Amino acid sequence: MSSVRVLVGTHKGAFVLTSDGKRNKWDVSGPHFAGWEIYHLKGSTVDPNRIYASQTSGWFGQVLQRSDDGGKTWHQPGVPAGQEPAPGPPQAVPNKFVYDQSPETGKPLTTHQFYDGSQHPWEFKRVWHLEPCLKNPDTVFAGVEDAAIFRSTDGGENWHELSGLRGHPTGPFWSPGAGGMCLHTIVIDPKNTDRMYVAISAAGAFRTDDGGQTWKPINKGLYSKYIPDPNAEVGHCVHRIALHPSKPDTLFMQKHWDVMRTDDAGDNWTKISGNLPTDFGFCIDVHAHEPETVYVVPIKSDSEHFPMDGALRVFRSKSGGNEWEALTNGLPQKDCYVNVLRDAMAVDKLDDCGIYFGTTGGQVYVSPNGGDKWQPIVENLPSVLSVEVQTLA
Amino acid sequence: MEPTNQIRVQLPYHLRNLAQVGNEITLEVASPVSITTVLDALEARYPMLRGTIRDHGTLKRRPFLRFFACQEDLSLDPMDNPLPAAVTDGREPLLIIGAIAGG
Repeated sequence: MSSVRVLVGTHKGAFVLTSDGKRNKWDVSGPHFAGWEIYHLKGSTVDPNRIYASQTSGWFGQVLQRSDDGGKTWHQPGVPAGQEPAPGPPQAVPNKFVYDQSPETGKPLTTHQFYDGSQHPWEFKRVWHLEPCLKNPDTVFAGVEDAAIFRSTDGGENWHELSGLRGHPTGPFWSPGAGGMCLHTIVIDPKNTDRMYVAISAAGAFRTDDGGQTWKPINKGLYSKYIPDPNAEVGHCVHRIALHPSKPDTLFMQKHWDVMRTDDAGDNWTKISGNLPTDFGFCIDVHAHEPETVYVVPIKSDSEHFPMDGALRVFRSKSGGNEWEALTNGLPQKDCYVNVLRDAMAVDKLDDCGIYFGTTGGQVYVSPNGGDKWQPIVENLPSVLSVEVQTLA
Repeated sequence: MEPTNQIRVQLPYHLRNLAQVGNEITLEVASPVSITTVLDALEARYPMLRGTIRDHGTLKRRPFLRFFACQEDLSLDPMDNPLPAAVTDGREPLLIIGAIAGG
């Protein structure tokens, strides 16, 4: 019988939630890496036992963790604790993210636009998102702050920047959003893995068609009222992008304000907010078996990061946008002032598709029937940063 | 051959967990002993700590970590300064401490 494993990153550690296909009874393990911020964990689709985790701290910087047994045990790739190091220079430095400025592969990149309009050096702060390759469990991409994308081809032991992204001519005009200048979204086209999408706050969305060598901004049709130029190539605060594997040219986007879609791989975007009560939000995802069924969690505004009227509502569109219905069954409908962050929603692939999201109040909810009815899996975790789901045979 | 010293080092809780060590470790460090040479020895023996005490690129101390020994705050001293004799002869440990901040 199939089962699911939910990987939850929080402000104070990681948790692994497991259940059988009924998704009624759950086992909770954790906290793993207790006391550390776990921005994101994600498992390989090729080898589900392979999971990568981003462990960060304002005191100790970035640590990269890997599990090869489905989250039971963890180690820093290439430097497992308890083993004598091999003589000679270290072969693995899994937490070393150094921006590429080599003349062979990158341009001599120096600065980006800072809050005050001045130019500021790129400074690595943390890994926001880890995206395992769809073909090889040892290849994994990392989206980092300050915004850049890195790739490891040795299971996370060493990282190299795909500097064509940061080297785009618009790079000096990228500027940080309120959460920093982070590359927080990486989406790989399952039908053509040389094609990937990334999103950066607050630069916008970018696409590569050659495996990450070169990138182009794909922000046509996005309108951000704080940007005077309606055709601005960059500067947009994209919060999250999602796609359905069967229609990879169709992308759904939750922007700072506005819910958007494209049907031409990002070349043109159309607003699909429709009847949403507010179209500010962070997360967005697509039903596993219905490529036009989309989920968002509207948040009151960019100044008040909680649901409208204290009622936690997921909104579902079965028509690819514009027509949305509120899903409330099992969710608190009064006195609820949590947020759902950009990486904190996911879906499983069981026949009756399960939808999951985590809140800044420490709840993780599941709907085992596509959103019709919700129930909490856990209610008192630390503030949830990310939720990913693995569907296991 | 340069003389070596048995240097006692105490790490903060989270770094002890990363390295899977107890409250205090002892490192063999060649003279002259400084914070830099102690950290070099620490990272060679426990490579999982590389980048967690000093930045990978600049090798500067992370802002929220401090170095203490013999009841003195050495955090702002040049990292190549010799450590006190009480540390080099093993009577006192070098303390690596996380700043008290955050929630």
